[in-house]
Amino acid sequence: MTRQGKPLVELRDISIAFGGIKAVDHVTIDLHPGEVVGLLGHNGAGKSTLIKCLSGAYQMDSGAIYINGEKAEIRNPRDARRYNIETIYQTLALADNLDAASNLFLGRELVTPLGFVDDAQMEAETRKIMGRLNPNFRKFKEPVKALSGGQRQSVAIARAVYFNAKILIMDEPTAALGPHETQMVAELIEELKAQGLGIFLIEHDIHNVMKLCDRASVMKNGQLVGTVDVKQVTDEDILGMIILGKTPDRGMV
Amino acid sequence: MHTPAPQEAAPKRSLMQSLELDTRLLGMIGAFVVICLVFNLITDGRFLTARNIFNLAIQTVSVAIMATGMVFVIVTRHIDLSVGAVLAICSAVMGVLQVQLLPAYFGLGHPAIMPLTVLGGLVTGAVIGAFNGWLVGYQRIPAFIVTLGGLLIWRNVGWYLTDGQTLGPLDQTFRLFGGVEGTMGSAISWGLGALFSVLAVFALWRGRQAKIRHEFPVKPLWAEGAMMVIAVGAIMGLVAILNSYEIPIGRLKRQFEAAGETMPVGYVDYYGLPISVLLLILIAVAMTLIARRTRFGRYVFAAGGNPDAAELSGINTRMLTVKIFMLMGVLCAISAMVAQARLANHTNDIGTLDELRVIAAAVIGGTALAGGVGTIYGAVLGAIIMQSLQSGMAMVGVDAPFQNIVVGGVLVLAVWIDIQYRKRTGEKV
Repeated sequence: MTRQGKPLVELRDISIAFGGIKAVDHVTIDLHPGEVVGLLGHNGAGKSTLIKCLSGAYQMDSGAIYINGEKAEIRNPRDARRYNIETIYQTLALADNLDAASNLFLGRELVTPLGFVDDAQMEAETRKIMGRLNPNFRKFKEPVKALSGGQRQSVAIARAVYFNAKILIMDEPTAALGPHETQMVAELIEELKAQGLGIFLIEHDIHNVMKLCDRASVMKNGQLVGTVDVKQVTDEDILGMIILGKTPDRGMV
Repeated sequence: MHTPAPQEAAPKRSLMQSLELDTRLLGMIGAFVVICLVFNLITDGRFLTARNIFNLAIQTVSVAIMATGMVFVIVTRHIDLSVGAVLAICSAVMGVLQVQLLPAYFGLGHPAIMPLTVLGGLVTGAVIGAFNGWLVGYQRIPAFIVTLGGLLIWRNVGWYLTDGQTLGPLDQTFRLFGGVEGTMGSAISWGLGALFSVLAVFALWRGRQAKIRHEFPVKPLWAEGAMMVIAVGAIMGLVAILNSYEIPIGRLKRQFEAAGETMPVGYVDYYGLPISVLLLILIAVAMTLIARRTRFGRYVFAAGGNPDAAELSGINTRMLTVKIFMLMGVLCAISAMVAQARLANHTNDIGTLDELRVIAAAVIGGTALAGGVGTIYGAVLGAIIMQSLQSGMAMVGVDAPFQNIVVGGVLVLAVWIDIQYRKRTGEKV
């Protein structure tokens, strides 16, 4: 993978602190179109916090975000959506009492000419995209709390994919999934990559990282250990970065 | 990955499933019917007379209107303890306006008095509600505290405004909101009943058309027809009952005398639908539409089900809280109109303990305090059940302390039954 031209996203020198604890400490990473960048590190290393600055859930204390080379102001999730940034959160961020269609379109409902929400149209669209992502999905009428972990995950993924995202953030998308569903997510990531999306993938499973990611950025204690080209390093190199904070002799980018 | 989803095999459907009726609603209607029949038996048929049903209806309106707003408040995991007090200050403002300020400016009985009074009340309710919502949404003070403070503050601001005086007599047009003073007669009532029936049938039919257009499964035609018959029957039945309540002869005579005529011998006339009940029906329909068919309503339920998800979906949940409490305030003002007009004057203790009745109505109607669940019709039905219990017991002659003991017990029992029901249907409690 060549990384020429403008990066799709640049996070420059991002810092954020909570009550004196530096959760993210001067981190700089970037992402190109058609690329998957893995974000790795222990629990509490600051991966999710960093990514929440991009998705608008948190506001960074200092630093800057550039999208397509232009400075972006992201103060809340609405701003992030305007930049075509979609996020699949670890918690899935679904309203358990609503059905799949209401969750998929939450905040962006389809409305009739009179301004009322068009439930029938939304359900039809949901059936279409679910037919593509998870053909076994049947429970369109039930509230999503009646769904299995994998089904809930597919609702969250459908929500991110449906609205023509350019930048996709996935926070441990396969954590709650069985092997078959994990394979489906892997296929989806390949497909989206081919469409030219840029994907940040937070992932603990080192094998998934080696399989799915082009580059991997490792964080430890809020700081960036380094970013490596996955093709040029081994599992052990990356584990060394995560556990010891030691940068390998090769593959650094 | 592109195979179309095969249609679900249609399992044999029971009567209930075919009608797609809400079992919780049926349970409440069942409880209501039992209460009515029991009181009717004990009172030798005095409970289910047109006269008593008419009175029940106009007594329920004020609490029921506020209960529809309380559903939104509780669904978003808040509470509003100040509704009785907000009702009192709206009533005080409207009392001062129509008894003191406006007559002094326009002269007594001027047609502008009623609309300006109503406007003053609505603005008062909206401003206080929005302020409560701002404190809860933007300043992050728990709603329990904000409205507990409001409970102490607003009634006494009203007291201060009126110097504690009872204000009356109210404007003649304004009193039409009260009930007995403002009914529409049988002809208009039948007309409205027919109109609502047509609208109900039309709404059911359009819902079916939308499903067919998107090729979703629909109910069998007979089930759809049965629903239409039930809806029309309920509407026309209510109108028929209210239309069969005769206006007492003495009252009719006074009306004719006021018009300068003499009453023909054997003349009878009927009350028909009270304006206040029509107001409640319109509000309940509007609030149901808001809850189910608008973005605002969708966000209310989303924020109640998972506040973080709502926020991450780009919903401005703080502004949403302001809007919800503002709506609650406006509904308090409308209830104040009805309550004040029914009592024919403003008193300091108007709406005392209404906050508890309103919360109880919403909760008996199936609104879950954990948030995310609740219906408008449930809350209205809850208010009707509470009022039936209360006036039924009064009619039977149950002592005052026992009345409250029973109502309190019913509240706890209703929530317990609801929890058991949810356990059985596998919902999380």
